[in-house]
Amino acid sequence: MSAIAPPSAALDTLPGGTAARRRYPVRPQHVLVAVLLVIYPLLATDFWTLQIGAQSLLLGVIALSLMFLAGYGGMVSLAQMTVAGLAAYMMAIFGVSAIPVSLGWPWWVVVPLSLAIATLFATFVGALSVRTEGIYTIMITLAIGMAVFYLAQQNYTVFNGFDGFKGLEPPVLFDVNWRNPLPFYYLCLTVAVLCYFAVLYLSRSTFGLSIQAIRDNPRRMRALGFNVNLHRIAAYAFAGFVAALGGVLSAWYNGRVSPGSIGIHSIIGILIIGVMGGLRHPIGPFVGAIVYVLMQTFAIDFIDRERFNTLIGTVFLLIVLFSSDGLLGLWDGIRRRLTAPRGQRRAVASKEE
Amino acid sequence: MKQTFRTSMLAAAIAITAAWGTGVCAQDIKVGGLATLEGPFAVPGQDSMRGIELALSEANYTAGGKKITLIKASSNANPDVAVNAARKLVEQDKIDILIGPLSGSEGLAVKDYAKTQPNTTFVNGSSAAQDTTLRDPAPNFYRFSTDGAQWMAGLGEYVYKNKGFKKVAVVAEDYSFPYTQVLGFMLPFCQAGGKVPEKFGVPLGNKDYSSVIAKLPQDVDAIYVALGGADAINFLTQYQQAGGNKPLIGGSITVDQTVLGSKGRIRDAVIGVPAAGPIADSWDNPKWKAFVAAYKAKFPDGLPSPSLFAHAYYVETKAVLAALNQVNGDLSGGQAKFRQALSKLKLDTPTGMVTLDENRNAIADIFLTEVAVGQGGGLYNKVIRVIPQVNQTLGTDKAKFMALGPVSRTNPECK
Repeated sequence: MSAIAPPSAALDTLPGGTAARRRYPVRPQHVLVAVLLVIYPLLATDFWTLQIGAQSLLLGVIALSLMFLAGYGGMVSLAQMTVAGLAAYMMAIFGVSAIPVSLGWPWWVVVPLSLAIATLFATFVGALSVRTEGIYTIMITLAIGMAVFYLAQQNYTVFNGFDGFKGLEPPVLFDVNWRNPLPFYYLCLTVAVLCYFAVLYLSRSTFGLSIQAIRDNPRRMRALGFNVNLHRIAAYAFAGFVAALGGVLSAWYNGRVSPGSIGIHSIIGILIIGVMGGLRHPIGPFVGAIVYVLMQTFAIDFIDRERFNTLIGTVFLLIVLFSSDGLLGLWDGIRRRLTAPRGQRRAVASKEE
Repeated sequence: MKQTFRTSMLAAAIAITAAWGTGVCAQDIKVGGLATLEGPFAVPGQDSMRGIELALSEANYTAGGKKITLIKASSNANPDVAVNAARKLVEQDKIDILIGPLSGSEGLAVKDYAKTQPNTTFVNGSSAAQDTTLRDPAPNFYRFSTDGAQWMAGLGEYVYKNKGFKKVAVVAEDYSFPYTQVLGFMLPFCQAGGKVPEKFGVPLGNKDYSSVIAKLPQDVDAIYVALGGADAINFLTQYQQAGGNKPLIGGSITVDQTVLGSKGRIRDAVIGVPAAGPIADSWDNPKWKAFVAAYKAKFPDGLPSPSLFAHAYYVETKAVLAALNQVNGDLSGGQAKFRQALSKLKLDTPTGMVTLDENRNAIADIFLTEVAVGQGGGLYNKVIRVIPQVNQTLGTDKAKFMALGPVSRTNPECK
């Protein structure tokens, strides 16, 4: 992993040159998390590896695309799940599935094709939403998401309507069935790590800094000569590519795709994951995804069968009420409160001496 | 820094312990209950759980000498969600037997999942899509309830001959279960000489029926409505508000207790509507009356009378308990003896005798009903006739039946 001991030559190409070593410090907790992520499947059962671990990672990737647009770009797009779902649908339509509509092309054609189509669609969504701000962006992306949902649900010639596609499987490469819990988890982990570092790197690059500046003051950026709309559309395209990667993984994870995967429930789910985790740093969506998946899976074991959704909603509400930025904001607040009294105590003690 | 290190270690410790799961008592039999506790079928889903609980409590949560633990899971009529919930029950909670799901398309998805889990027995809940057992069945999937086409037995001929409806328009949700119901209605109806000039499909969970109601043809004798749950209530209310006055024909879940027991003014629209299904609220039969009394005693805040979902889940659970008792709780050897017992079971239920055919689908009695006003003003389904021992091919030749092809929006047609 590049964060642990990057060669200095690579560091020089990072923005800021050798000063980057100061900006990308590797702390013990990073190493610990990395080690835990890698050895997790060896300690956990198959269910925990696949349904909790891999699912959190792929939902985290999709929410990461939302975080990039909302946190760095200031554009809350509810169409990210739609982009991911479209990638999954393209995998089903062009690739091999149990439904006669599928074309049955090989995976090494279908995967890049799905990613390309989904990214193109995301660019199109960006072009439509680029001139809107704030709540209007939310509304127009939600409208696009629902339009695609109803198209998928009611079109039988291409999308196979309500039942969707079943029998989607990852290819058997190098004699490994990539749908088995262990290989699939590592596949999701690799994609998640690559996307995480891509977003982190991009946030410090010229493009990323421009996007953040556009979020803070688009008029000034326009006056400085930046093409604000083009930057935003490019941000949508990049976020669309990340979401499409998540979509391909989710098609393989579920083994099926149906309109339910891109319906209002899933769209809001991604928003909840992003907001709950925190939109200021790329680790936020993954933290949010873990909490969300754990609650979705186990809430019914703790609460009456009629009220478990209330538990999920209440937890989300509490996090949003007591924190400025989801779980990451809560963590920052706790850390600050724990370190401050000690500092004050030291100052008082030195005064008394 | 020490702080973050310590917290990280604590978090790691919690994660690892949680991942190892809890211990299991070897003498328990774990049964998973899967129903739609969210979405458009939330009310039927709740009733389904009541059905399982009633059956288990009648057996004191024991069968074959072993204690039975019930673990519940929820879905929302989406096949993906149902498979995720089933996966959690089978792979995390390590259940031995799954009872569910509720909705037609969920049944198709869970059947596919069942093929990948040969060590667990899957018993249906109330899902009634035809292809769950008719085409490409799973050897470990058992359905002691009848499918949507069987539920319509007798209705097609009845509305043609007794009610005189020669031309009928169809409004149905767009997924496997309503398609199956439409097949069950249209096959005998068209054979008798009836015609269906137009069919309207609506998405599941649709709230606004104004466009459909506006397009309903005026030259038909009646409208066959195969909607369920919240969708049925919405359509019936909006049809009545729009001034629609054509006689209606109900699907099995269009005028069932979950709809008749709702609060609202739809009663004017539904009195006299004929329907057919696996139960009839008012059947004058001692076993059925005992079942209704037991349901009302155990669930005073349940529906006024058990719905077909409660009944279906009750019958499936009863079948599981009967088979477990027959083999003394022996689930060894890939549950082979238990599954043999299930296949050969002759189950006596509140609605008559149930046996399985070669695809492990039920052969049972069906009730032809009409909505009537009972004493006290409540609506109920009055029994017109009981059609005995309906099988999955509706009494027709199996080869001819299979040649009709899988049900879809456009199959069958008789314009």
